Amino acid sequence: MDSLIHFGATLLTMLRDVFPIAAILFGFQALVLRRKINYPARVAMGMVLVLLGLTLFLEGLEMALFPIGRLMAQQLTAPEFIYSSAEAAAAAAVEPVNWIDFLWIYAFAGAIGFATTVAEPALMAVAIKANQVSGGTITVRGLRYAVALGVAVGVAVGAFRIVTGTPLQWFIISGYIVVIIQTIFAPKIIIPLAFDSGGVTTSTVTVPLVAALGLGLAETIPGRSPLLDGFGLIAFASLFPIVAVMAYAQIGEWRAKRLKRRNTQN
Amino acid sequence: MHPADNPLVSHPHKQGRLKSIWHKFRKAVEALTDSALALVPIILVIAVFQLLVLKQPIPNLGKMLWGLLQVLIGLALFVRGLQMALFPIGEEMAYNFVRKGNLWWLLVFAFALGFGTTVAEPALIAVSEEAARIAAMGQVIADTAEAQSSYAIGLRLTVALAVGIALLVGVFRILKGWPVQYLIIGGYFGVVIMTFFAPPEIIGIAYDSGGVTTSTVTVPLVAALGIGLAHTIHGRDPLIDGFGLIAFASLTPMIFVMAFGMLY
Repeated sequence: MDSLIHFGATLLTMLRDVFPIAAILFGFQALVLRRKINYPARVAMGMVLVLLGLTLFLEGLEMALFPIGRLMAQQLTAPEFIYSSAEAAAAAAVEPVNWIDFLWIYAFAGAIGFATTVAEPALMAVAIKANQVSGGTITVRGLRYAVALGVAVGVAVGAFRIVTGTPLQWFIISGYIVVIIQTIFAPKIIIPLAFDSGGVTTSTVTVPLVAALGLGLAETIPGRSPLLDGFGLIAFASLFPIVAVMAYAQIGEWRAKRLKRRNTQN
Repeated sequence: MHPADNPLVSHPHKQGRLKSIWHKFRKAVEALTDSALALVPIILVIAVFQLLVLKQPIPNLGKMLWGLLQVLIGLALFVRGLQMALFPIGEEMAYNFVRKGNLWWLLVFAFALGFGTTVAEPALIAVSEEAARIAAMGQVIADTAEAQSSYAIGLRLTVALAVGIALLVGVFRILKGWPVQYLIIGGYFGVVIMTFFAPPEIIGIAYDSGGVTTSTVTVPLVAALGIGLAHTIHGRDPLIDGFGLIAFASLTPMIFVMAFGMLY
């Protein structure tokens, strides 16, 4: 019964979030375009499925994944786990932080970044659309894994940055330079999609878990402020996928060229 | 789009009832398998780190499995609903706007969609409240609830404005056929220049605000709108011109939030 009430509450929040979108869509459709929507029953049914689906999805995440994800982020960033002994922990509080001590955290950051991105519904939507539009050359799974790999690297580098305390902007600006150079060489058709995939990765599933990791890390390391250094992981998670998707296309193009060359030689 | 999913196409040959039920059943199984595959990595990560690295049991295993089942079904329903409602609506509206031939209304619609969907976005509300707390701690604003709430609302409106303008510019770009990279790289220069002048407390929030603005319902809609426009306007390629709207929506908030931090 409790879970039913909880489900109802989540559904209501969902409805509230979706209401402005629906109001804008139908307002313009009715007042400006003055046209009836094609297949209204089908569209209405689809809207119900979207709402129900997202509600179930969020409920399930809240029940199954977020608590344990947050708990693990806390446990991995706890001083007792990072330092083998109390003396080591005491020494670390005085000396500057040694980034090598945090290898498990980078591994976890990368793994959780990858895993949450693969399950991100917004990314799935864009991948489905890209697959349809490209006539199948861009595969749904290929794009999702490329983006997830980008997020993995991004979040791991972001965790490293929190540990070392380097200012965020230097990483981001270097990332921009890499993106600009890649833009010159990457196949033109992938560029808009690559830029888009930066924005879609960080949403429902990724943000809560990655933010928990950032905050936990910033709390544990002496000299880091959770408020100042805890932010910024999401920025990494939206920059690196751009690099990854362009690289995915570049590798694909390079392999196709090599194959062609080999075929003409024979 | 798979032809069978396209509501604009009529299906001439009607299948037998039994065949159609079998077809639907197979599609449902496929959808569930797809969402199950999407969840495999996350289950693996949790299992490996919890059991092997942290060496602890998984608490509430039964509850967790029940939750995972919900996630699975939810994801499959969402993807189905996406193809039934969000994609067709976005594309149909793009088509209707182009047919109407009134550019101004299309731009007003783009702005309204960006502003309206962002201003009420829960992730943004959370981030702006967090930002207000930081500002109060850094003595940028007075440490009162009133000052904090006005700062948070100001920030929210700034980000919503930024997303509205992003979609407006993005739609205009599709109409004109400009390459996306020039505008984005121009935006990067904007971000870098602003970074040198913005107060350090706001930089982390500004960079993050780009990522949190685009919600799960907005993304498919905006993607379908862009692709619909590129499909309908003569001479535009859906891949090259249709994508890119979301990129704008995650770039402009960074610049706007840093400007907000400088002005406030």
